[in-house]
Amino acid sequence: MSQGLAVEARGLQRRFGDTMALDDVSFDVAPGELFGVIGPDGAGKTTLFRILVTLLLPDAGSARVLERDVVRDLWELRRRIGYMPGRFSLYPDLSVAENLGFYAALFDTTVAAARETIAPIWRQLEPFAGRRAGALSGGMKQKLALCCALVHRPEILLLDEPTTGVDAVSRREFWDLLGRLRAKGLPIVVSTPYMDEADLCDRVTLMQRGKLLVTDRPAEIGRRYPRPLLAVRGGSILGLLGILRRFPHAAAVWPFGAALHYTDARAGAAPEGVAAELRAYVASAGLGEVSVEPIAAGIEDAFMWHMAEEAA
Amino acid sequence: MSGPAIDARALTRRFGTFTAVDGISFQVERGEVFGFLGANGAGKTTAMRMLIGLLAPSSGSATVAGYDVATQAEQVRRRIGYMSQRFSLYEDLTVRENITLFGGIYGLSNRDIAERTGQILSRIGLQRAARELVREIPLGWKQQLAFCVALLHRPAVVFLDEPTGGVDPITRRRFWELIYEAGAEGTSVLVTTHYLDEAEYCNRISIMMDGAIAAMGTPSDVRRGLGAATLDEVFLRLTRPGAAV
Amino acid sequence: MRPILGFVRKETLHLLRDRQTLAILILLPLVQVLIFGFAVRTDVREIPIVVVDPTPDVATLELRERVAASERFRLVAVAPSTRELDSQFQEGSVRQALVLPRDVERRLGRGDTLAVQLLTDGSDPNTGGIMQGYATAVLRRWHADATPAARGLRIEVATRMRFNPTLESAHLFVPGLVAFVLTIVSALMTAISITREKETGTMEMLLVSPIRPAAIVAGKVTPYIALGFVSVLLVLVAARAVFEVPLQGSLLLLLAESGLYIVTSLALGIVISTRAPTQRTAMLAALAGLLMPTLMLSGFIFPLESLPSPLQALSHIVPARWFLVVVRGIMLKGAGLPTLWQETLILAGMTVLLLIAGSRRLTIRLD
Repeated sequence: MSQGLAVEARGLQRRFGDTMALDDVSFDVAPGELFGVIGPDGAGKTTLFRILVTLLLPDAGSARVLERDVVRDLWELRRRIGYMPGRFSLYPDLSVAENLGFYAALFDTTVAAARETIAPIWRQLEPFAGRRAGALSGGMKQKLALCCALVHRPEILLLDEPTTGVDAVSRREFWDLLGRLRAKGLPIVVSTPYMDEADLCDRVTLMQRGKLLVTDRPAEIGRRYPRPLLAVRGGSILGLLGILRRFPHAAAVWPFGAALHYTDARAGAAPEGVAAELRAYVASAGLGEVSVEPIAAGIEDAFMWHMAEEAA
Repeated sequence: MSGPAIDARALTRRFGTFTAVDGISFQVERGEVFGFLGANGAGKTTAMRMLIGLLAPSSGSATVAGYDVATQAEQVRRRIGYMSQRFSLYEDLTVRENITLFGGIYGLSNRDIAERTGQILSRIGLQRAARELVREIPLGWKQQLAFCVALLHRPAVVFLDEPTGGVDPITRRRFWELIYEAGAEGTSVLVTTHYLDEAEYCNRISIMMDGAIAAMGTPSDVRRGLGAATLDEVFLRLTRPGAAV
Repeated sequence: MRPILGFVRKETLHLLRDRQTLAILILLPLVQVLIFGFAVRTDVREIPIVVVDPTPDVATLELRERVAASERFRLVAVAPSTRELDSQFQEGSVRQALVLPRDVERRLGRGDTLAVQLLTDGSDPNTGGIMQGYATAVLRRWHADATPAARGLRIEVATRMRFNPTLESAHLFVPGLVAFVLTIVSALMTAISITREKETGTMEMLLVSPIRPAAIVAGKVTPYIALGFVSVLLVLVAARAVFEVPLQGSLLLLLAESGLYIVTSLALGIVISTRAPTQRTAMLAALAGLLMPTLMLSGFIFPLESLPSPLQALSHIVPARWFLVVVRGIMLKGAGLPTLWQETLILAGMTVLLLIAGSRRLTIRLD
């Protein structure tokens, strides 16, 4: 079956006053793909999503969703898109079932007609069907919102920060649900400020200050880290930080939990050699024994590298 | 001050028949960065409210900076700083006005306020934005500023409620460097977070479940104790014992 | 149709779930009727009065009987002279005195001008004026009956009294109250309920759905139209039960006109909600922009004739002003559409304009 792109954004631009919320944003989402937009608050994720779901107009550029223009084919797209806004957007005084029923009616359909689509989520929500949405836990609220976004059996899902403020376990459950939906071939675009969620996507784009820094498969983004990266452990973090940042070849040194991630400025240098240099340097500074080992970069390392590069 | 910065003993809080915090005991040492973790609704917020003297314990006791939270709430409040993601600074005041306002609230002299304003602004690189409204400055700066304001009166303990939600990874690390600096100067830090990778930055962590502390120790001890590779996994095992990992 | 019905159902649930607001909305008309009826009432009863009648005759006896029979007055004494009056007024045992000249009957027969002196305790100017009004009314009626030739001497007063023969203030405030309550229920509540969706972010979900803005509005206002009718009926029933305010004209016409005014108010609410970003702004805008004019510039509290001319001019754009004329006409005069079509037309015109203004501002996007 030949299918066109689920999303096709070309040179999207949007300005609010002095702020460039979106600056020349282009990317594609393939059919059936789980695509992540990773970036901190204020990166422009919400503006991007609102343009894709026909809620905002771009100042320049164009976007097609399900091969329909987001400006021109507004009413057709609104029937076919499932959207979950960043803010909790259900009625807290209505029950779980009433919220779902309302959104079904809004799309001129019924909950019964969507039974099959929402089954995996509804199974978890059903015990709370009579409870008011406002009294649900954070994780349950998000599941209900997802359920409401699915009730008209959309052909694509756009989820703006669905896991923000939700505890780690609920986040994981939510991603499991997304995985099941993806397995049925539903294209999903999801944004998140949590870097560790990038690995759960087929492809991701890293976004910062209205710009896409890099778009690729998560593993590939780590693999393309352009400099030797090493983890340094031992001693006081604050002391190590100060020392390592003064090392002549240091490009970036950041704390990562109990370790420090050190990026060397020399692009081609052998990691093992750099590790030996660092060990000697730290010892000469009087900080004692530390462990230094070359590591593969993660999404967060890559994000910081591209951020710094963008700022330079 | 001698003794631990926070000393909770069988601290309990009931709401009607519901026990939100069920006899938790833990200590936070001077200069320690203590991660206070738990799922939504596990009782973290209730516990924190008792420790800052906003909520009376139903039973048990706790001292903060050596003062009893139930009977000496006033002294406790004078020796703690508090910052939450939701409320910290007045958005419609400028950076400088916020610092001056909170300095005044904590009873600092004008000279101290002026001196510390300069220190804070240069520490986080905000000198040029001193006259800007807080709502105009980027989120990352806002949070760093809020943290510095919470430390304005040199408290013995500072409580951070989800301080780094939604900020970029570099700003998040700058924030943690501020936390480490505060710890190095002897301030104890109690911090809640949903970023489990971030919990790895803490000296020790506790994980609350259904009002009780289910695990406590250094991040690596906690991981080892449950035979888990990441704190994420620890969390999942504790909260969903039956779930396959 | 299903989307609109779903909307009506949801709005009804909101309304029923918010017990406090619902209680306020239902109690408001009742409480207002009682407050305006008892506390703010401008009529006075049982005024202690003395009639000074130096030469009693048939005509003065007739007048004394009328005074004594009225609920307004309590005839304390009939005195031959004014000697005692000063001390009585100072004690407060008497608040009004009617001082008749000599030979009243003879003077009446001749058609002479009758120099009657009316003394009123003016320590509270408001009540004083009212007491004076009552006494004058009794005098006039008596004078008119006694001298048929003098009837219709003062047209202006006569007309007023004809439609409110007992000068009951309750009869005048009830129509104003209908307008006031409808403004709150329809305009304020609509504005709040629409801006609430903006504030909580649910508007975003509504906008991305295929439902058209007009359908959103239709679904949103329907329950409030029903609530508006309930409020009107509550005011009418309460006013009738407690103050025996009559309904001279057709109930059906009154409800139809109320329906029109409900739509006017809803349209005002929609116009406010399209501009106000938050519930707080919407509430302030509705209070300052709608409720105050409804109270002050409609003739509800202050007679329009007593307003300075710029405010009088301004009152022409206040929908409640026209609605008030209509309701007073139907309730007190028993007037029908033939006499009230102009006001109805003005109101309808305003409604159409407001609906156009409101719907033009309804957006299909967030900006």
